[in-house]
Amino acid sequence: MTSAEHNRAPLLSCAEVEVRMGAKLLLANASVNLAPGRVTAILGPNGAGKSTLLSVLSGQREPTRGRVVLDGRPLADHGMAALALRRALMPQESAVAFDFTAQDIVALGRYPHRRAPARDEDDIIGRAMALTDVTALATRILNTLSGGEKARVHLARALAQLWHPRPDGATRWLLLDEPTAALDLAHQHSAMRLLRAWAAQGVGVVAVLHDLNLARRYADEVVVLGAAEGLRQGATAEVLQPELIEAVWGMPCQPVSSADGTLQYLFG
Amino acid sequence: MSQRLGFGTVLCGSMLLLAVAFATGAISGAYAISLSQLWNVLASVGQGSAGNPSPEHLVFLNIRLPRLILGMAAGAGLGMAGTLMQGLFRNPLADPGLIGISSGAALAAGITIVLGAWLWPVLPRTLGSWTLVAMAFGGGFIVTLLIYGLSRSEGGTRMALMLLAGIAINALASAGLGLLSVMATDEQLRSLQFWLLGSLGGARWSAVLLVCAAVFLSCWAAASLASPLNAIALGEAQAALLGVDVERTKRRAVVITAVAVGAITATTGIIGFIGLIAPHWVRMLAGPDHRVVLPASALLGAVLVLAADTVARTVIAPAELPLGVLTAFIGVPVFLLMLRHFRGRI
Repeated sequence: MTSAEHNRAPLLSCAEVEVRMGAKLLLANASVNLAPGRVTAILGPNGAGKSTLLSVLSGQREPTRGRVVLDGRPLADHGMAALALRRALMPQESAVAFDFTAQDIVALGRYPHRRAPARDEDDIIGRAMALTDVTALATRILNTLSGGEKARVHLARALAQLWHPRPDGATRWLLLDEPTAALDLAHQHSAMRLLRAWAAQGVGVVAVLHDLNLARRYADEVVVLGAAEGLRQGATAEVLQPELIEAVWGMPCQPVSSADGTLQYLFG
Repeated sequence: MSQRLGFGTVLCGSMLLLAVAFATGAISGAYAISLSQLWNVLASVGQGSAGNPSPEHLVFLNIRLPRLILGMAAGAGLGMAGTLMQGLFRNPLADPGLIGISSGAALAAGITIVLGAWLWPVLPRTLGSWTLVAMAFGGGFIVTLLIYGLSRSEGGTRMALMLLAGIAINALASAGLGLLSVMATDEQLRSLQFWLLGSLGGARWSAVLLVCAAVFLSCWAAASLASPLNAIALGEAQAALLGVDVERTKRRAVVITAVAVGAITATTGIIGFIGLIAPHWVRMLAGPDHRVVLPASALLGAVLVLAADTVARTVIAPAELPLGVLTAFIGVPVFLLMLRHFRGRI
């Protein structure tokens, strides 16, 4: 193995994972290999198990069968407190109890670091909020914000949690469950550019997306759930072909080239 | 957005209020003591001169002081326990009384009073009030677990389920206490009545010290739960992803609440609504951060109980109003206003 290949060796992976809740099969036979430094989009129709896969990869849910491995060790062996220092998960929707302000919520992202605070601890919250354009909402009560504003606050919280590279060199992982679903057009694209920038700094970014065009434009790699032949993983341009899209989503699809040369799809 | 007071302002303000409530409680009552007399009593205690104690000396040290201290400890414990339950249930309407913890403790205490001699022929003589406290603790503990189990769904608790389960448990407890009152002797009946209405009248130094110890230990243990409870406001799943040991936090909160509420209820009977009102008012003033809500609710709870007890023993002196009746008169309107405020989320 050359050193370049070694660098691209998957660090977060799951093999033949199955998740059941009672009699219901939420995720069947899923195997993915994720590398840091890139944006991976998890795609698939409703109920295909995207969020389940993300929760398994985050360590939030134990798979019924199969295993998840991070840095060559089973994920469960890392311990939730140690994982919290290097892995953040932005939830799809999150009801917050009590009247916490947006700034309070972003500050909770620093909870795992309270025993070993960074030198610029107070700056981190403000800078994370600036990145997701929620500085003006800092003193507003979270529960009074719109869905998109809430999503940007939770994104800022996830970024605050992972703000500094780990002193031990451990890879940081940013997992996001439909981060763009509630955002307006401009914020969708600025959020995706932000994720690309974080990936460029070596963070592993894994996002559940519904918008195939966003995935086509910003994701290095896609994981498609819900195809007849099972899970598909690979480079975005190779996997996300019109035939697959029609087979998985049942939508006729026509590729067009956008002004900047990126391939996008027209549906119907 | 609302302007929030700083941590220091809120804590200093509550301590000032507590000092005022304590002084007011100390000088008023069936036997009025003037401020200068109070000062003389405190000074003579400080000098340790016993000699020939004045009547106000005897009244203050033997009757009023233990009662004031019991009131402060009970109020602090209830305010703190209310905050813990609300943080754990992620729900501002959780109150140890409303969701049945106090009545569970009272029912267990009632069983001990009426049936104790029959159920444990040997124990009550030797362990006396300790059996009562242990039983009240057990009753509160079981109810807390039951309510938590019943009202949990999808990683959170459902407000409506929790309140309905509380209604059911309160109904069961009052039926149980009704049944016990039929079986009770006259003396036991008076004891039972005392549980249901709540009173600081039973303040004897031994009981006061027991409650103080239980409340002090509970508050000390609760302090470490403030930050995890902030994270749990995001939901249990998100808190776990931030590295909070959610199960351990829950276990601790439940045990702490049961210890504090059990010890308080075993000594004072049911004092409702303090655990609901105190944290609610603190949150309105200072925001929901548990690092300030926990200590400030304990202080404000102490203020509320002291103030209510002072009213209870002065308005119809020398007779007394039951304390629990008074706290309900204050608490129910506040609760109804809160229901109105939170109606969209039930």
